[in-house]
Amino acid sequence: MYERCVCGQDWQSARGCYRLTVMNSDADSVAAEIRVTQLGEDALLFLFTPSAAQQPALPTQQKLWQLTYWLESQRDSLGLIEIVPGMGNLLLRASRKTLLNTLRDLVLTHWPQLPEKDVPGRLLEIPVTYGGVNGPDLEAAAAQCGISKERFISLHSRTVYRVYCLGFQPGFAYLGGLDPALELPRLSTPRLSVPAGSVAIAGSQTAVYPTNSPGGWHIIGHTETRMFDPQSEHPSLLLTGDSVRFVILEEAL
Amino acid sequence: MIEVLRCGPFTSVQDLGRFGFRHLGVGQSGVMDPVATQQANLLLGNDLNAAVLELTVGPLQLAFHQDCTVVLTGVDFNTTISTGKASAALKTIIPGQAIALKAGMQITLQRSSIPGARAYVAVSGGIDVPVVLGSRSTDLATGFGGLHGRALQTGDALPIGRFFSPPAKIPFGIRPLAPSHVLRAMPGPDYDAFTAEAVQRFWMQPWGISHQSSRMGLRLNGQALTLQQPLSLLSAGVLPGDVQVPPDGLPIVLSNDAQTIGGYPRIASVIKADLWQLAHLPPLTSVYFQPVTHAVAAQARERQLRYLDRLKASLSGNE
Repeated sequence: MYERCVCGQDWQSARGCYRLTVMNSDADSVAAEIRVTQLGEDALLFLFTPSAAQQPALPTQQKLWQLTYWLESQRDSLGLIEIVPGMGNLLLRASRKTLLNTLRDLVLTHWPQLPEKDVPGRLLEIPVTYGGVNGPDLEAAAAQCGISKERFISLHSRTVYRVYCLGFQPGFAYLGGLDPALELPRLSTPRLSVPAGSVAIAGSQTAVYPTNSPGGWHIIGHTETRMFDPQSEHPSLLLTGDSVRFVILEEAL
Repeated sequence: MIEVLRCGPFTSVQDLGRFGFRHLGVGQSGVMDPVATQQANLLLGNDLNAAVLELTVGPLQLAFHQDCTVVLTGVDFNTTISTGKASAALKTIIPGQAIALKAGMQITLQRSSIPGARAYVAVSGGIDVPVVLGSRSTDLATGFGGLHGRALQTGDALPIGRFFSPPAKIPFGIRPLAPSHVLRAMPGPDYDAFTAEAVQRFWMQPWGISHQSSRMGLRLNGQALTLQQPLSLLSAGVLPGDVQVPPDGLPIVLSNDAQTIGGYPRIASVIKADLWQLAHLPPLTSVYFQPVTHAVAAQARERQLRYLDRLKASLSGNE
């Protein structure tokens, strides 16, 4: 059962802000609040996680992946040009002919019907050489966390991470599930160039840089695994919802 | 084939852009001025999405090794045409006209008449580089698509696509649109998080174009915009046209090469019909933002599409 309340001006207004409150069926308690805003004239941004959250809860993100799969399966019939899941949010860019109000209602009606279960993602293993020349920040990161390098590597490689979303660069997967003991703020001065294949951490996330680029994450290792190949039918190795484990190839300590 | 005899930085092969891969982190790329590009392709009888060359800085000297019709659009780049023989007289060509070239002829685009504004070179049949992820556009940051995934260099050879219908024989040209320096925009997701003063400043203040602007984004200078309180946002999808405000308070209008996900507050989004202007806003000039409703944005877009439809009809003699 929903209660809809329009926040600010009317939805049709330029403000385009809309809030859906999902109430628990038995009580008056609020189960979830979804905020929808319009982004330009052809896109909608759905925010499923409260804005104060540091990162989305895994169950919310799992539901988001399911919503994404469901929308993907009818991309053409709904006139969707882009379906971009983020951290606890979803961006939909529609063709000129799609009515955004209809699309918004469709998503908001479908959201509570999605089961709270995991999506059938794949488990991929990525071999990593930790430390050494290609993991220049490992030592400092371990010191900052107050643990040994060995302990750092063990904690980083024993977790099964989930691909929350992709972005920043083609094939750059934001991997959630980092052990809280390894959480560090970003480097105060970002590097002008981070080599492709760098395995890095920042905040509560870890990732592999698919191509050379500037970057502010702590580089702790390197993989030879190719993360993105534009010529391939499946250009990105990792997809939203996949599980990832880093396998210790070598500890170049 | 077209041979690149001389080339400044930042000239690249682009079509109307790469769509449907943002969920993999793949940006849009594509021409920054889709109106100028479609004008040129219509004059040539090309597919609207045929790939063209986008120029920011000259010079660009091209030698044509086959007969071909060429159209320049966008800003005037002081372009001359020559037969390729040293003694031959140079003829000036202006944007918006179809010029038939014989094999062996050369064109030279010297420099932009408005430094920082872009020009387009379209050829009958289009620049025939391979389609990668649904587009011929160059993704300059990642290095794929276009010609070898990079900006053009001296010595490059550009293949020309096959051409079937002859270009329209018309006695007139198409006048390039002139940017108004007013960007119509709709309030963005974080509009209400800014102070009332900041919101007012955003709409009222002239914003200077920074030298650091690029195909990734138009960076603006002015009095900084402040949030009511610090805002920490979870990463979310962003689109070209979104106006992000990083912690320094100076807005960035995201453009074609912007990344797909961002975490800065968004005060507004520039409407689609005005995005072409981003190609022609040189440093040291300024822009204003003007608030519009969804209805106005949709209407402006319709009008732009109708303009191109009418142009197509008049070129094929159906009007």
